[in-house]
Amino acid sequence: MGENQKARIATTSLAGCFGCHMSLLDIDERILQLAELVVFDKSPINDIKQFTGRCDVGLIEGGCCNEHNVEVLRDFRKHCDILISIGDCATMGGIPALRNTVPLQECLDEAYRDGPSVHNPSGMIPNDVELPLILDKVYPAHEVVKIDYHLPGCPPSADTLWEALVALLTAKPVELPYELVKYD
Amino acid sequence: MHDDVESTVQRICQSYDNDGRRLMDIVTDLHREYGCVDPEAMDLIARCVNVPRLRVQSLVSFYSFYAEAPRGRIVIRLSDDVIDRMHGYDRVAAAFCDELGIGMGETTADGLFTLERTACIGMCDQAPAGLVNDVVITHLSSDKARQIVQDLRRHGDPHQLVTSLGDGENGCDLIHSMVRNNLRKAGSVIFSPINRGEAIRKALSISPQEVIRAMKTARLRGRGGAGFPAGMKWEFARGAGDGQKYILCNADEGEPGTFKDRVILTERADRVFAGMTIAGYAIGASEGIMYLRAEYAYLKPHLEDVLRRRRIDGLLGETVLGRNEFAFDIRIQIGAGAYVCGEETALISSCEGKRGDPMTRPPFPAQKGYNGCPTVINNVETLCCVTKIMEEGPATFSDCGSDQSSGTKLLSISGDCKRAGVYEFPFGTTLREVLNECGGLEAQAVQVGGPSGKMVSPADFDRKICFEDLATGGSVMVFGPQRNILDIVHGFMDFFVDESCGYCTPCRVGNVLLKQLVERVRDGSGEPDDLDQMRRIAGTMKATSRCGLGQTSSNPVMSTLTTFETEYTDRVQDGPDGQRRGFDLAESVKAAESIAGRPSVHTGQDD
Ligand SMILES: Cc1cc2nc3c(=O)[nH]c(=O)nc-3n(C[C@H](O)[C@H](O)[C@H](O)COP(=O)(O)O)c2cc1C
Ligand code: SF4
Ligand code: SF4
Repeated sequence: MGENQKARIATTSLAGCFGCHMSLLDIDERILQLAELVVFDKSPINDIKQFTGRCDVGLIEGGCCNEHNVEVLRDFRKHCDILISIGDCATMGGIPALRNTVPLQECLDEAYRDGPSVHNPSGMIPNDVELPLILDKVYPAHEVVKIDYHLPGCPPSADTLWEALVALLTAKPVELPYELVKYD
Repeated sequence: MHDDVESTVQRICQSYDNDGRRLMDIVTDLHREYGCVDPEAMDLIARCVNVPRLRVQSLVSFYSFYAEAPRGRIVIRLSDDVIDRMHGYDRVAAAFCDELGIGMGETTADGLFTLERTACIGMCDQAPAGLVNDVVITHLSSDKARQIVQDLRRHGDPHQLVTSLGDGENGCDLIHSMVRNNLRKAGSVIFSPINRGEAIRKALSISPQEVIRAMKTARLRGRGGAGFPAGMKWEFARGAGDGQKYILCNADEGEPGTFKDRVILTERADRVFAGMTIAGYAIGASEGIMYLRAEYAYLKPHLEDVLRRRRIDGLLGETVLGRNEFAFDIRIQIGAGAYVCGEETALISSCEGKRGDPMTRPPFPAQKGYNGCPTVINNVETLCCVTKIMEEGPATFSDCGSDQSSGTKLLSISGDCKRAGVYEFPFGTTLREVLNECGGLEAQAVQVGGPSGKMVSPADFDRKICFEDLATGGSVMVFGPQRNILDIVHGFMDFFVDESCGYCTPCRVGNVLLKQLVERVRDGSGEPDDLDQMRRIAGTMKATSRCGLGQTSSNPVMSTLTTFETEYTDRVQDGPDGQRRGFDLAESVKAAESIAGRPSVHTGQDD
């Protein structure tokens, strides 16, 4: 299959831990098969920073915890035909969303001033203009843009990601056996 | 102080024979004395009745009328449901807050008052209403609210708030309440004149099996909502061995908009207790419990008195009507403000002195219920029908009604109609006739069966009130053209969010999600996807919740998505470029902008 007939795929990690990306790499040698099916556009995997064209599929790891996440996610929505939220952070906010019940100032104080392991004599909270402002709470991806599919898991296993991607790319119904989407 | 608490706890526990199954009563009595059950009291109770402390604590935390932290000597609870809101709940609540100088859920600094909101207290025909300790206050207004606070500050006695008495038995010394029956239409069954003792006499003159057969011939179905055939339920219990069995009367009446059992208990308590006794005879039980919702505690002295008189007259006791082989007595179990306790297995747990957690069925209560024994649970109205069937014979009873629903049905009608109140109609009456009688024909929608029922549009007003068509436990809420349907749905979801016991995730979480989605659509930031999402969540809740609450709590949404679809579709649209309309970046960075002291670099291009 020629490069221009292959599906274009982009990935990003927003308010996530990169665990979902690691899980994607966990497909091991199947990455060669994947390379047969897709070319990677913007992604931390190849370190392409800007979209180079329209993409078929965008994989979103993590929800939105700051304004930059929102910009990136909207950019993905603009460039990708299909967006998939992968992992609990993207689909539900996940661990970062634990702060959602705590007022923002208290979160910052705990992180930079009062936390038991914090050493910060000046008491300064990082506030460089380069730093994106953080949101009042952490939003799952689908609350910010329309998301087409959701894959649960923390992270979804390599097999789950593989089965879902291959089904999508080959236009077949996805078959995810219970073991692949059961998490207790 | 310490000794004082200790001796009080000991005295109260002693009065219930230190029986752990009476934990509800113990905790209720302790609240009467101290307004709360604090950790120290929990320790003491646990020791007295010999149960793990955790059980006491989890009980106290479960019921909304119990508290761990001290509250005011006078607790004012405002009934907050859709009907109360339509009649000015917000203004009344604001007046109470203002006059007391506290917010909702707070206690005044002098420790005199606590102000709370609570779910429907069964007074929708005289809304807005509330409770001051056990005293019901009705037809509230902001002026009245201020007057009530001023009066209470002066005399400190909730009972003195009752200056004008309600009709019928509401005016008797033992009830002494301003509550009105508003009995607009007395039919041939429930509110017909009663000949005390006749039904029991007739029942005892035939065999228990024949009594059960009479219920079957009368085709009596349960009035609490589900419509299960009473005779069949009794037969199961009768056939479940020869040991101890129980009759439970469900007087929890928690479905918002339902208040017919209250009027029965006020005017025809004898008929209910007779029904319990007959059921006891039929299944072979010697003990009955009436589970009375805490909101109706003001009726308890009256009910106790009816029981006392029945004992004197030989209608209850060791030898009912002098029959040595039939002993039967009844106690009243008071609840503590939890709608889910109306669900039969939760009701049993509550009677056993536990949290009102529903249980997985089977086993059904008829096999294994109260104290693990076969138990029949019937609604107040069902038990009234039992008595009537014995009085006049099953044929007379089943002559009235529709094909699959015999007899009459009590409806409690409230909302935008001229004559709110209780009506007894034969089953099979059309909704249009009902609306005609109560003066509610201008309605744009009628909620039949409470929040877990159906929202009916005018196109369906010719449908019939009966189990095979429009089933209802009795709640009929009328909504005029001026009402916003989505506000109503949102109010119903509020109720379910509050009342879910939290055991199953689909119910605990699903209700919150549905409420948020309705809110989003109502407020104009919804998208077409949201409607699919609602349907999916509702499907999961229905299929995977453990009890009837979670299985039906999506009905307000699902029912209106069908009959009032345009209320939703007119309000939703897709966001630009796949962006969610419900997400507002400028709004969500506001807090950070003020903390960081610099504006967002992204929000400019946002709009
Ligand atoms: C959440 C929930 C609340 C209920 N509340 C009541 C109630 O307040 N009164 C009532 O009679 N039945 C209520 N029911 C129905 C009871 O579980 C039970 O079916 C009924 O009391 C049986 O009596 P019946 O056959 O005479 O109707 C409720 C059910 C559920 C699921
Ligand atoms: S879902 Fe789990 S693995 Fe994926 S980003 Fe979140 S925390 Fe990491
Ligand atoms: S469905 Fe709801 S109320 Fe019923 S057991 Fe589950 S969580 Fe509790």
